Amino acid sequence: MENKPKREKTPRQPMPEQEPAVRRTNFDEVPLGYTEGQALVEASRCLRCKRPFCVDGCPVDVDIPGFIALVSEKKYTDAARLIKGTNSLPSICGRVCPQESQCEKFCVLGKKDKPVAIGRLERFVADYERTAGDVSLPPLPASTGKRVAVVGAGPAGLTIAGDLIRRGHEVTVFEGLHKPGGVLIYGIPEFRLPKAIVDAEVDYLVRLGVDIKTNMVIGRGKTVDDLFAEGYDAVFLGVGAGAPVFMNIPGENLSGIYSANEYLTRSNLMKAYRFPEYDTPIARGKRVTVLGGGNVSMDSVRTALRLGADKATIVYRRTRAEMPARNEEIHHAEEEGVAFQFLTNPVEYLGNDKGWVRAMKCIRMELGEPDDSGRRRPVPVEGSEFIIETDMVVVAIGTGANPVIPTTTPGLEINRWGYITADEETGATSRPGVFAGGDIVTGSATVILAMGAAKKAARAIDEYLNRA
Amino acid sequence: MSLIHKKRYLSANVVEMIVEAPDIAATRKAGQFVVIMTDERGERIPLTIVESDVAAGTVTIIFQIVGKTTTCLADMNPGDELYTVLGPLGRPTEIEKFGTTVCVGGGVGIGVAYPIAKALREAGNRVVSIIGARTKDILILEDALGAISDRLITATDDGSYGVKGFVSDVLQELIDSGERIDRVFAVGPVPMMKVVCDVTRPAGIPTVVSLNPIMVDATGMCGACRVAVGNETKLACVDGPEFDGHQVDFELLTTRLRMYYREEKEAMEQFRCHCDGK
Ligand SMILES: Cc1cc2nc3c(=O)[nH]c(=O)nc-3n(C[C@H](O)[C@H](O)[C@H](O)COP(=O)(O)OP(=O)(O)OC[C@H]3O[C@@H](n4cnc5c(N)ncnc54)[C@H](O)[C@@H]3O)c2cc1C
Ligand SMILES: Cc1cc2nc3c(=O)[nH]c(=O)nc-3n(C[C@H](O)[C@H](O)[C@H](O)COP(=O)(O)OP(=O)(O)OC[C@H]3O[C@@H](n4cnc5c(N)ncnc54)[C@H](O)[C@@H]3O)c2cc1C
Ligand code: SF4
Ligand code: FES
Repeated sequence: MENKPKREKTPRQPMPEQEPAVRRTNFDEVPLGYTEGQALVEASRCLRCKRPFCVDGCPVDVDIPGFIALVSEKKYTDAARLIKGTNSLPSICGRVCPQESQCEKFCVLGKKDKPVAIGRLERFVADYERTAGDVSLPPLPASTGKRVAVVGAGPAGLTIAGDLIRRGHEVTVFEGLHKPGGVLIYGIPEFRLPKAIVDAEVDYLVRLGVDIKTNMVIGRGKTVDDLFAEGYDAVFLGVGAGAPVFMNIPGENLSGIYSANEYLTRSNLMKAYRFPEYDTPIARGKRVTVLGGGNVSMDSVRTALRLGADKATIVYRRTRAEMPARNEEIHHAEEEGVAFQFLTNPVEYLGNDKGWVRAMKCIRMELGEPDDSGRRRPVPVEGSEFIIETDMVVVAIGTGANPVIPTTTPGLEINRWGYITADEETGATSRPGVFAGGDIVTGSATVILAMGAAKKAARAIDEYLNRA
Repeated sequence: MSLIHKKRYLSANVVEMIVEAPDIAATRKAGQFVVIMTDERGERIPLTIVESDVAAGTVTIIFQIVGKTTTCLADMNPGDELYTVLGPLGRPTEIEKFGTTVCVGGGVGIGVAYPIAKALREAGNRVVSIIGARTKDILILEDALGAISDRLITATDDGSYGVKGFVSDVLQELIDSGERIDRVFAVGPVPMMKVVCDVTRPAGIPTVVSLNPIMVDATGMCGACRVAVGNETKLACVDGPEFDGHQVDFELLTTRLRMYYREEKEAMEQFRCHCDGK
């Protein structure tokens, strides 16, 4: 092969990973990250387009060819800093962004060959910067004396906290749980996003001077109004879309049926996968069924495998093509031996004499006309009911808006699904001085969109404070 | 981190603790609870706020030692710090001037009934308290409830103190005696609350119960605490913990409370408290 003409294209560099048979027995991260050599080869594939379409696909306009050029020059720390100009959390986004539907989807190489592995390079430089211990603090401007309260320490809250403190404002983050990070801490498993990385990002903010107060649910005890009364000049709501959604079918409250939020929170936040070293228990089903086709379902089903399931099955009402999960997650789940049952929807759960789920009555579906989302709507096939035996179920069919903030903040406009109405460009809500962004505005979306919304709101809050 | 100020045993396995939590003390209302973690590896467990002292910035909790976390908590002492005290959580008790109210407390539920009875009394209700336990030695808070009730009736299952019998029997007698009762509040073990509701249902007395399902976040995020009330599923941590007892599916609550029976036993058997010695 070496004697082929030198015009032979360099293939997209594969990501080194833990072997499927090994990794399904542990919670360590699955992709191991590029070596320096692989990163250099991959970076050499980039054409440095004059008109880089990849950037159009990035919700926060990262200078992609720019950082890849710095990789080629082995200036990894500079590359990380360049990304951080527009993306505060590259080590996280490099791991969890759906690149195939964003930057990589538009990369010109993708037309004939495979696109540049932009996400993997992003991860490489961010990890390089972090592990090299070269995360220096930027100089902060003189204090403006203005105080901002950020409610929720997910990607949106953490991003805006960083941006506002760098503009000289005093920032306090109020987080309901005992650990900051939002979905990054309680939802996404260790094998996909090591918690040490989230902790490092939080630690960086603390070193910048952000005050993070955990165990503070705003709306219970203190309200948004109380925050203003305490002297905060503006409030940002980044409380996520954290309410569980069930299907409201018979038997759904049987023991052994979890919402994905509960299942993942027990495993990730409470570290139930290390029970009894950690105190919180979790059911270890042998035949586990997970409902839904998104990232949350993949995370749940792969967690179940790691917790000892003999059989772990995704039940999804449409087909593989419609599954919203990242390609990589679906692929990893398949490699690990997850079974998929498409065009199927549960209609009822059956329990045993102890009130524990033992089976699920399902109905077959077929795809009909496209719905609002452009995907073909699944419709039940009459008379096609059948039984799936199962001893544990995780319902991962979406989440809703938690009502705590909307119901305790007078004058805050919400839409008919309970999400906060906010200006797309500024995050401004119907209440002066109150801004919002992330999942609580859009409904469940992505880390990068939450971060992008927070960046816009940071600019708007800065202007608001300078005017005031 | 919250400093433990005081600890005392109310009976062999019921402990009263006063912990520092100034924000919670300042805003909490009757019927609300806190979530505590003893240490970073601990479980999040909900406990009712029994009393608060705004000036001292403290709240009082009363808990029964039933498993790993409560055993661990009972081993902690004044001067130690709790990893997490989160609250106030849950909807406050709906307090109005109802007229004559009866607060029924069983076992450690007497601690949960106390703040409700106190708030009812402060709102101008006539408060009759019926408290009971299996036997005299484990009956708690008799004096405290006596001080805020117009009438206090105590009962023990074995007759070692007060009336012999269940609190529900006492309530039945009270109803049968023709006493006008406008509302009943019942807190205690699930079977007790169920029987109280069976007693008040035919008499048509509105009855509020305080439910104790297993919780994780206790902020409405996870759905662990779901209970069936009427034909609806509710989240006890944000929609409750108090509900119309005549609508509650107690059987479901009982089975769901047993969900981790095996793991709870394992945790106790392997018990090594990692919260002390810090
Ligand atoms: C299991 C799972 C997997 C996912 N995988 C991906 C993925 O691979 N890629 C991707 O891009 N996206 C993924 N997502 C979606 C992504 O995580 C979210 O879109 C993103 O986290 C939203 O950020 P946020 O800051 O708006 O909210 P959140 O991350 O939800 O954070 C909100 C925070 O606010 C806190 N809070 C809520 N109410 C209050 C209150 N009243 N007071 C104080 N604090 C409060 C919450 O405790 C939480 O910490 C996934 C989501 C889940 C659940
Ligand atoms: C709103 C509310 C208020 C409560 N107030 C009080 C109170 O004032 N005093 C008191 O003694 N108890 C109270 N409880 C019950 C208390 O939370 C449990 O006894 C405690 O969690 C047991 O933990 P453990 O680790 O010691 O026992 P475990 O061995 O874990 O469990 C013993 C039993 O307690 C229940 N339980 C276990 N974990 C939880 C959990 N995370 N949440 C709720 N219940 C659980 C289960 O039924 C279990 O079988 C309350 C519960 C709720 C929901
Ligand atoms: S579109 Fe692809 S090849 Fe062009 S600059 Fe972006 S990553 Fe490089
Ligand atoms: S405990 Fe999680 S929703 Fe109530």
